[in-house]
Amino acid sequence: MVLTQQKPINASPYSLESWVNSKHSSYLLPLITTVLLFIVWEISVRLFSVPEFILPAPSAILAEIPQWGRAVAKNAWITLATTLVGFSFALLSGVLIGFTIGYSKLANLTIYPLLIGFNTIPKVALVPLMSIWFGIGAVPAVITAFLLAFFPIAVNVAIGLATVESEMQDVLTSLGASRFEGFQKVGFPHTMPYLFASLKVAISQAFIGSVIAETVASNGGIGYVILSASSNFNVPLAFLALLALAVMGIFLYSIFMVLEKRFVHWI
Amino acid sequence: MAEQISLTALGSKQPLQQSSSETSADLTFQDVSLQYRMSGHPMQVIKQVSLTVAPSEFVSIVGPSGCGKTSLLRMISGLNPAHSGQVCFRGEPITKPLSNVGIAFQNPVLLPWRTTLQNVLLPLEVIPTHKRQIKTHRDRYERMAQDLLTTVGLEDFKNHYPQQLSGGMKQRASLCRALIHQPELLLLDEPFAALDAFTREEMWELLQRLWERSQCTSVLVTHNLREAIFLSDTVYVMGPRPSQIVHTLKVDLPRPRTLDMCFTESFHQMYSELRRHIQRK
Repeated sequence: MVLTQQKPINASPYSLESWVNSKHSSYLLPLITTVLLFIVWEISVRLFSVPEFILPAPSAILAEIPQWGRAVAKNAWITLATTLVGFSFALLSGVLIGFTIGYSKLANLTIYPLLIGFNTIPKVALVPLMSIWFGIGAVPAVITAFLLAFFPIAVNVAIGLATVESEMQDVLTSLGASRFEGFQKVGFPHTMPYLFASLKVAISQAFIGSVIAETVASNGGIGYVILSASSNFNVPLAFLALLALAVMGIFLYSIFMVLEKRFVHWI
Repeated sequence: MAEQISLTALGSKQPLQQSSSETSADLTFQDVSLQYRMSGHPMQVIKQVSLTVAPSEFVSIVGPSGCGKTSLLRMISGLNPAHSGQVCFRGEPITKPLSNVGIAFQNPVLLPWRTTLQNVLLPLEVIPTHKRQIKTHRDRYERMAQDLLTTVGLEDFKNHYPQQLSGGMKQRASLCRALIHQPELLLLDEPFAALDAFTREEMWELLQRLWERSQCTSVLVTHNLREAIFLSDTVYVMGPRPSQIVHTLKVDLPRPRTLDMCFTESFHQMYSELRRHIQRK
């Protein structure tokens, strides 16, 4: 199911343009920019002798690994697990509610305004309340991740289903297709690009949710590490934790990119 | 015979008896009217249209924009019901979409996530009689679709996605999709309107070939008078809203028709006859 890439015939094989379009450049180029960013960062910190408790150089951050690497990895694992659990709930209920809203006018008029209203509440404001209801630990983090990831998924799925061209529906209806068949053959595949676009947003949102909750109502996870490291003025450790967060975020994002290519192969 | 005609006129739900004399009407419109509500005001779009289409006849409906040609076609397809009067196919009033009807729209509306071949197979996955068999006899059905794609010259593009096809190719695939289940009635809603003049003329010849092969009763809605004359046995002209049939033209050109015929004297005469009856509001 791989689409053949159409290449311009007159592009020389050694030109920059043809290299940018090649397969290798898609991971080499981001790698190069990342390395460059770290080099510029390192040089600037040394050149302007920025104190370590304001902005540590990359070398100082990496120097923390022997002492703190294991602890950061353990807490990164906690954050990853809470994020994924919250995200899975968000995916399940987001798809379900999104399809309901997109499919039924009644649900659209009754549930959708509530959802929008609820989404305007900053979720951070709910974390202290949740620590009262559920105590300190993983539960508030899972719920915050869920709340942040749920909305983009539900809305995108609803939009995907609601924007099916009426002509496409006519093709199915004129053949005497049932509503379910219409959904199966047109509504569902039409929604896939919208769903996968929302998943990439939602996974980052879920991370934000769990880290926020960890800084307020938890004694584990990357959010907790960052909070306690900064209160001890161990800024390099805080940065190490941030780095771990970025790596996990990029990793999950790229998983969803691969899945998107697989399931939305026609775009 | 007399009894059968009165049955049709009454719009009886009983199917007509199959007999050799029943060749006069496949599709009938009986005093069909249609109203739309436009911002609260009822607007009469179609006013008492009556016409009959014989089996295997190719009929075109032409008329000014907004005269309700497409509405007429949607009534036959069962997508929109008539408000008064009756549309019957083989004596049965049409109240819902029929599975023995094929439709091609102005927009080819191919599903972008399906290859050309998969798009052509779509009707067979939905129509009850084929739906049960396509799971076990997939390869037989695929061969059928491939044969059809070969007749329209798309055999090399069966595994391409719609966005990789040109406008003319998409419309050809759309015609294949309309014909794959061997419909007894073919409905065409300005299928070539978005194509350039040369591709369009190629499509006329192609459609004529497909129609002659399948022998299905066909109704074409178009703005193009030459297209209507080239393809049809009968051309109906609709007037401005509230529309009625204002003129009927029998095309007596021999078949198969060729593009050269478009430059003959009799073709020109028919063209100007039709043109005279198309009026703007």
